[in-house]
Amino acid sequence: MELIKRGAEAKIYRAKWMGKEVVIKRRVRKGYRIKELDEEIRRRRTKEEAFLMAETRRAGVSVPIIYYIDTVKMEIVMEYIGGKRIKDFIDDENEETQKKICRMIGESVAKMHSHGIIHGDLTTSNMILADKLYFIDFGLGMKSFENEARGVDMHLLMEAFNAAHRNEKLFKWVFEAYGENFDEADEVKRKIDEIIKRGRYMRRVS
Amino acid sequence: MISLGIEGTAHTLGIAIVEKINEKCKILSNESRMYKPAKGGIHPREAANHHAMHLPSLLHESIKKAGVEIKEIDLIGFSIGPGLGPCLRTVATAARTIAIKYKKPIMGVNHCIAHLEIGKALTGSHDPVLLYASGGNTQVISLLEKKYRIFGETLDIGIGNCLDKFGRAIGIPFPAGPHIEKLARKGRKYIPLPYSVKGMDVSFSGILTAALSLIKNESIEDMAYSLQETCFSMLAEVTERAMAHLEKEEVLLGGGVASNMRLQEIMKKMAMERGAKFFVPSRQYLVDNGAMIAWTAILMHEAGYRMSLGDTKVRQNFRTDEVEVKWS
Ligand SMILES: Nc1ncnc2c1ncn2[C@@H]1O[C@H](COP(=O)(O)OP(=O)(O)O)[C@@H](O)[C@H]1O
Ligand SMILES: [Mg+2]
Repeated sequence: MELIKRGAEAKIYRAKWMGKEVVIKRRVRKGYRIKELDEEIRRRRTKEEAFLMAETRRAGVSVPIIYYIDTVKMEIVMEYIGGKRIKDFIDDENEETQKKICRMIGESVAKMHSHGIIHGDLTTSNMILADKLYFIDFGLGMKSFENEARGVDMHLLMEAFNAAHRNEKLFKWVFEAYGENFDEADEVKRKIDEIIKRGRYMRRVS
Repeated sequence: MISLGIEGTAHTLGIAIVEKINEKCKILSNESRMYKPAKGGIHPREAANHHAMHLPSLLHESIKKAGVEIKEIDLIGFSIGPGLGPCLRTVATAARTIAIKYKKPIMGVNHCIAHLEIGKALTGSHDPVLLYASGGNTQVISLLEKKYRIFGETLDIGIGNCLDKFGRAIGIPFPAGPHIEKLARKGRKYIPLPYSVKGMDVSFSGILTAALSLIKNESIEDMAYSLQETCFSMLAEVTERAMAHLEKEEVLLGGGVASNMRLQEIMKKMAMERGAKFFVPSRQYLVDNGAMIAWTAILMHEAGYRMSLGDTKVRQNFRTDEVEVKWS
């Protein structure tokens, strides 16, 4: 097992599992929380994340296949997606390809939002392009049909594009496709503007 | 440089005299009086009246205790916001009066930034993520690109308010925090309460409602214990997220609730598990105090900030990231 990332809440490993290439996301024990509370939180989040991934698949958006959920070790064993993170290559593509990818992103998020799925961490490091466009990392996600929540989701994506990528047309293309595929996009746009005006620092996106 | 600082954003009126000497913060005096509402929560007008009434004597005491004369003071600092309008205006008026009468420069200081700066000065922390946990405020603040930014905060009531409201329901006088801490030490059973973390934000009103609905059936010790464990774990979690996100390795506590020993223990453990350093100043500099205002006023003055009387209008919703941090 090879550790690929150590986040605040989970460790991500790459491993072989029943002959398959997998990624294991393990929520680590927090010694500062009493045991009852800590286990309950980790178990619930592990289940919720898996549930949200399943919902996303049902909405017609690609996510890694979940092979196994272990609510004792607090692990999700999922398909390893052998592709490239959008973050790592989109700047190097020509405009035509960029536009195609951005439209795919917008269309996918539109599907999630219309099915009440809020990803919670929509950055270009949580999207992998392989045979299809895959979304990962639903740890901060939730179910909601509120435009406020959708606005927060899209606002983060906008920040991600503006902070990490050179071509400012990228998010415009994303939103164009989002609007063509989601009736409430105008309302979400208004929410984004509101969030910008509120001016609270949300996340630094890298 | 010697500065006089007046704090008065909420319950506490604090007046302190602080000297910056050899780059260090030397507190010559730090006096305070706290308004305690007869019943219920804080009444802004009453709190302001309290501050107005105690200002002259507290000022006198603070100067006497510091052993300085007015003419030795170089700067008048005051809490310009955020806070309760009537309280802020009372303190601002006092600061302006002193500044005019003795011909001293005046400096309006952001209350939240002052908590952070005094903590740094007194503990030796350099670049912390601050958990600021008080009655009305619950925020995770850190420096990024020359501004103190809020990375997480409560979406409804402050952690202190949550504890106080719970206390009131079980007949504990204001402020309830210290009583709840004592009760919680005797708690044994964890009663599940909603754990409410959204990204880097928290909310407490749902937990409070749930706790209040359970009081009848459970011992108050177990209830106090469960309330503390739930709320404090949430605070540790969002602070940790901010630390991971910013790749910072120091955590600092501020605000009155941070004097709770269980919260300190939880935060310390979180820091240790990450290999980060934990800092907390002593209780009198966790709660609202004049020293933090006096000290931050010096930092600002030395960095070149100047205010005319026209700039001293109070700012009830003053955000930390409206100030460019030129001194750090
Ligand atoms: N199923 C997967 N297939 C391939 N790579 C993955 C997969 N899941 C995660 N990764 C890689 O691990 C990194 C971190 O995983 P992620 O789930 O986003 O956790 P974090 O919460 O730490 O961001 C991702 O950016 C990606 O490079
Ligand atoms: Mg990720």
